[in-house]
Amino acid sequence: MGKIKVKRASTTIDMTAMCDVSFLLLTFFILTATARQPEPLPVDMPASTVQIKVPDTDLGTVTVGDGGKMFFGVTGPKVRVNMLNRMGEKYGLTFSEDEKQRFSLIDAFGVPLSRLKQLIAMDNAQRVDAGFQQGIPSDSTDNQLKEWIMAARLATAEENDKQMRIAIKGDANEDYPAIKKVIDILQDQSLNKFSLITNLRVAD
Amino acid sequence: MAELNTGKKQQPRVDLTAMVDLAFLLITFFMLTTSISKPYAMDVAMPDKTDEAEKDQLDVADNRTITLLLGSDNKIEYYMGLLDAPIEGPTVVDYGKNGIRPILLEKIKQVPQITGDPEKGLIVIIRPSDKSHYKNLVDILDEMKIVSAKQYMIGDISPLEVELLEREGLYK
Repeated sequence: MGKIKVKRASTTIDMTAMCDVSFLLLTFFILTATARQPEPLPVDMPASTVQIKVPDTDLGTVTVGDGGKMFFGVTGPKVRVNMLNRMGEKYGLTFSEDEKQRFSLIDAFGVPLSRLKQLIAMDNAQRVDAGFQQGIPSDSTDNQLKEWIMAARLATAEENDKQMRIAIKGDANEDYPAIKKVIDILQDQSLNKFSLITNLRVAD
Repeated sequence: MAELNTGKKQQPRVDLTAMVDLAFLLITFFMLTTSISKPYAMDVAMPDKTDEAEKDQLDVADNRTITLLLGSDNKIEYYMGLLDAPIEGPTVVDYGKNGIRPILLEKIKQVPQITGDPEKGLIVIIRPSDKSHYKNLVDILDEMKIVSAKQYMIGDISPLEVELLEREGLYK
């Protein structure tokens, strides 16, 4: 009788390919996780139980923190350039193409218009340095924040053909009058719907 | 001559199992942290401020409204009905599940029974004072979501109500 040869399969699996893939993914996640830019005004947001994520596009964010300092930012490079043009027209300032390009990369800023050119000329690390960005003026005599919001809304409508949503990102320990000031500015423009940015409440 | 028994050539194999384990663990970690760190948006609608809105104002029964005055030290003072003739209160309470939440839940249940119409539920009026923090506003709006209050609004505080807070020592 012929012998039947049973080929014994090896139990070890070649892990090389799997290892390759997993490290590729790992690199991807590490890079995307750390690529966020440092915020010029770090705020400690209050917690809430809402679970709706902040939208990524067509969003203007007013950051309030550090004793009532106002910062403003809008999403999308094109919208930012359009907004800058509008503000330049309004206040009689001209910006070069290079300045526009640099401005389109700034996520949020908090300087009066008179110092905006100086801010654009700085590099990222200098911008975050404490002391330079003291907030956008929002007094009744010189309400630049209002103009920025208006310009951002018009720019979003023109570039993306969409209504800009507005969000307030406030520090948990900020006094209410500072927030009230922002809400009043929004309401003066008949913006009665907006979002408050919060963290997720863990317990309770 | 002596023969060296080298056998078949051994392949230099490294066991990669542990390495893959570690890599996947890290992937999981980074995936979760990137999605968790994204902030959340709480939508707020304010009443219209223009003059036209004033014509649309409705008179509502006193027994349907509860007014929450947000004071300092993370305290709330609330009263039912009108300020000069409150049906209940004013009482000072805390935030959270042992403070304002049971009161609101009870009122939400009670008010439709009093009015005799399930459509006419509780109306919550939130009045943050100048001494309250932004956190307090978010907390109370969150509380509205938790107890699923149907009608609530944010209003301005009146000098009389500030006096009330001062009397309780909640305006400093």
